[in-house]
Amino acid sequence: MEAHASQTLLPGFADPVADAQRAFKAVMQAMSRPARAVPFEVALTAPAPLSPVVAAMLLALADYETPIWLDVPLRNQAVVQFLSFHSGARIVREPEEAVFAVASDPATMPPLMLLRQGTPEYPDRSTTLIVQVAALRAEGLRFEGPGIKREAQFSFPGAPSRFAAELAANRAQFPCGVDLIFAAPGAIAALPRSVRLVKEA
Amino acid sequence: MSTSTTRTTYNFAYLDEQTKRMIRRAILKAIAVPGYQVPFASREMPMPYGWGTGGVQVTASILGKDDVLKVIDQGADDTTNAVSIRKFFEKTAGVATTTHTGEATVIQTRHRIPEQPLGENQVLVYQVPIPEPLRFLEPREPETRRMHALEEYGLMHVKLYEDIARHGHIATTYAYPVKVDGRYVMDPSPTPKFDNPKMDHCAALQLFGAGREKRIYALPPYTRVESLDFEDHPFERTHIAARCELCGSAGVYLDEVVTDDKGGRMFVCSDTDHCEKQRGEGTP
Amino acid sequence: MYVAVKGGEAAIDAAHALLAKERRGAPDVPEITASQIREQLSLAVARVMSEGSLYDEDLAALAVKQARGDLIEAIFLLRAYRTTLPRFGASAPLDTAAMHIRRRISATFKDLPGGQVLGPTFDYTHRLLDPALAEAAPSVTVATAPGAEREAAPHVTKLLDGQGLIETNPPADPDAPVGDLTREPLEFPAGRDLRLQALARGDEGFLLALGYSTQRGFGRTHPFAGEIRMGELEVSFVPEELGFEVPLGSITLTECEMVNQFKGSADKAPQFTRGYGLAFGHAERKAMSMALVDRALRTEELGGEVTAPAQDEEFVLAHCDNVQATGFVEHLKLPHYVDFQAELVLLRQLREEWVRARDASASGDGKQEAAE
Repeated sequence: MEAHASQTLLPGFADPVADAQRAFKAVMQAMSRPARAVPFEVALTAPAPLSPVVAAMLLALADYETPIWLDVPLRNQAVVQFLSFHSGARIVREPEEAVFAVASDPATMPPLMLLRQGTPEYPDRSTTLIVQVAALRAEGLRFEGPGIKREAQFSFPGAPSRFAAELAANRAQFPCGVDLIFAAPGAIAALPRSVRLVKEA
Repeated sequence: MSTSTTRTTYNFAYLDEQTKRMIRRAILKAIAVPGYQVPFASREMPMPYGWGTGGVQVTASILGKDDVLKVIDQGADDTTNAVSIRKFFEKTAGVATTTHTGEATVIQTRHRIPEQPLGENQVLVYQVPIPEPLRFLEPREPETRRMHALEEYGLMHVKLYEDIARHGHIATTYAYPVKVDGRYVMDPSPTPKFDNPKMDHCAALQLFGAGREKRIYALPPYTRVESLDFEDHPFERTHIAARCELCGSAGVYLDEVVTDDKGGRMFVCSDTDHCEKQRGEGTP
Repeated sequence: MYVAVKGGEAAIDAAHALLAKERRGAPDVPEITASQIREQLSLAVARVMSEGSLYDEDLAALAVKQARGDLIEAIFLLRAYRTTLPRFGASAPLDTAAMHIRRRISATFKDLPGGQVLGPTFDYTHRLLDPALAEAAPSVTVATAPGAEREAAPHVTKLLDGQGLIETNPPADPDAPVGDLTREPLEFPAGRDLRLQALARGDEGFLLALGYSTQRGFGRTHPFAGEIRMGELEVSFVPEELGFEVPLGSITLTECEMVNQFKGSADKAPQFTRGYGLAFGHAERKAMSMALVDRALRTEELGGEVTAPAQDEEFVLAHCDNVQATGFVEHLKLPHYVDFQAELVLLRQLREEWVRARDASASGDGKQEAAE
């Protein structure tokens, strides 16, 4: 199976400059308006199980300066070859070495504490975790914080039970912490470390 | 070793894609940690440091073909440096430009925030000379970095209080420090403190670029931005008593124009777009 | 009558035209060519290449011409061009011991292997203006001693090294990443590699003044010019796909190794210490100043206390870049009237309050006097 994959390298962006800008702009909008779905158009075919949305995001943002960690289902030769070839990024084994970490399934996403957290002096040196999800829902957990006008609700199918507790712990160590991007078909949403969970009354 | 070549073609918006990616990553981290200054490998731009190289790099990294760009300096679209930066992007990115605040999707500014409230589909990019609000109190970078890490901002309050003791007022009138979402003390760039309240819960994303000092920071939309003050000496917005003598606006920031050498002066809007709109004129 | 600052665009275009006219000067004088600058103002070209961090004599000469002889402006032009160039990697390390020497002097030994080679130097000229140069001078031919250039000339520091008299340079790790402050923002404390890069790009005048200050007691290092050498070296590069060295061409370099006061401790015998300077082209003042400042910046590493400006890494590195410095100093020319207005408003308010307080206290004093 791996031998087959290496024979067909799927193409990257058709228009690298414009496609990268569009992908970045969607991520910027998602980051600056947490817990809100942002449309993400993509004209890209990615090797399974890498979603085309995530592929476009990584091609737009990753390069030889940003090691990428992939979870086990993603770590097949076709995906590794696609990302290495088009982005030049190194694929690393340890999640804590990664600037971008990608989980193919929310149920098995790596515990946030295993990722790079940044330091109090350099909180920017932390991992951005990208999670492939089936859909983005404007209901569920309630959030407030920078980028959110009053309150926003957000959830996705298959969130692990530990998720809310992990988010709270992530926020508790602000400014250190992990930033999360959720990629559904055609849309993304982000939970930067700055968001606060609103406690149920 | 090589022969000279004249570059006639540039990448879209001048910067190469690798540089844009590096700056884009810095912008995303800046948004995730509002008010924190993200170090970035600022490039040498074809305009001098101090002329807005940080803002230009940020603008070049976010700009797309469909964006509409407005550039202001001192609130005005027609100041020479604003003209020069606008021309730079017209030439290298071919984007549409405007002087109308409401039409712009990206506004690059030096020293002012437009009078017209900004919307959710807009990004305001500030040119920043000295991004570190603590720099004039502590010149050493590792020290100020540690102070931010420990949220140790007592020195800033001491400075502001010394002003009160000496003058009866906080004597900072521009680049007035703010606290972002209750955590980082941030320099709003040398905007007059009159503009500080506009930063609070602004609907637009605000990005700050300091090229020479190699820092990018951000305020996401709807972020709490408080000007530093004391219970017994609350922050006071500069009170502008006069009206614009061209459009009659009150409650806007005014430039004082000296009209003769006998003390004659008049006050006019600093925000030229606002002034023109009030006068019901287009751009002449 | 108020006239808005309209027509910025027309003003800028007119300024550019005026600048081009001034650059050309009187049209009845022949225009200078970039190749004349390259050949006849070669020291200016060398400085522009060093501080512009780009070895290209033609482009540097063009920059000097375009900048009307303003070298900092020329350095800026070259830097802005450099930043757009694609990177392929780092060259193979240069072995300056293999330099094809045109000048080599040591102030520490009267004679040494490879000899003292005076070469083209201002050092022993009498600084008398030469009226003959005002017009075209006849071409000069020089007889060189045959074979003089071929004798091996090991570094003076190597001769000392062999006897353990000078600290050994840390062995170079060929796999260690090469720091580059043009690709990563500088952090403090910076490693010596980044420090040397910053100094190599640093302003000659600033480093000269700092080096001079160490000689006058602001961080003394007791330097001896162990060696200054200038000449040509081949630069090569190993492309990953080929795996072997490919020569890129030959460049002129000036290198200075300072030998500085020794240090020792209970576990280590006293040894001389080093300061290092390297510059593109023939640039002795730069290389020597750089070596003095490099050594001064090693104060802490060598167990000394940082007390003088030249020893202060953040002070030196944050301020030695003349393109940054000139930009920020000159940006004061840009309009600041919005901020100035904010200051005016406050100053007027403070003055009114001051007058009121003075008047109140004057009348208060009066009352008090009346009561007494």
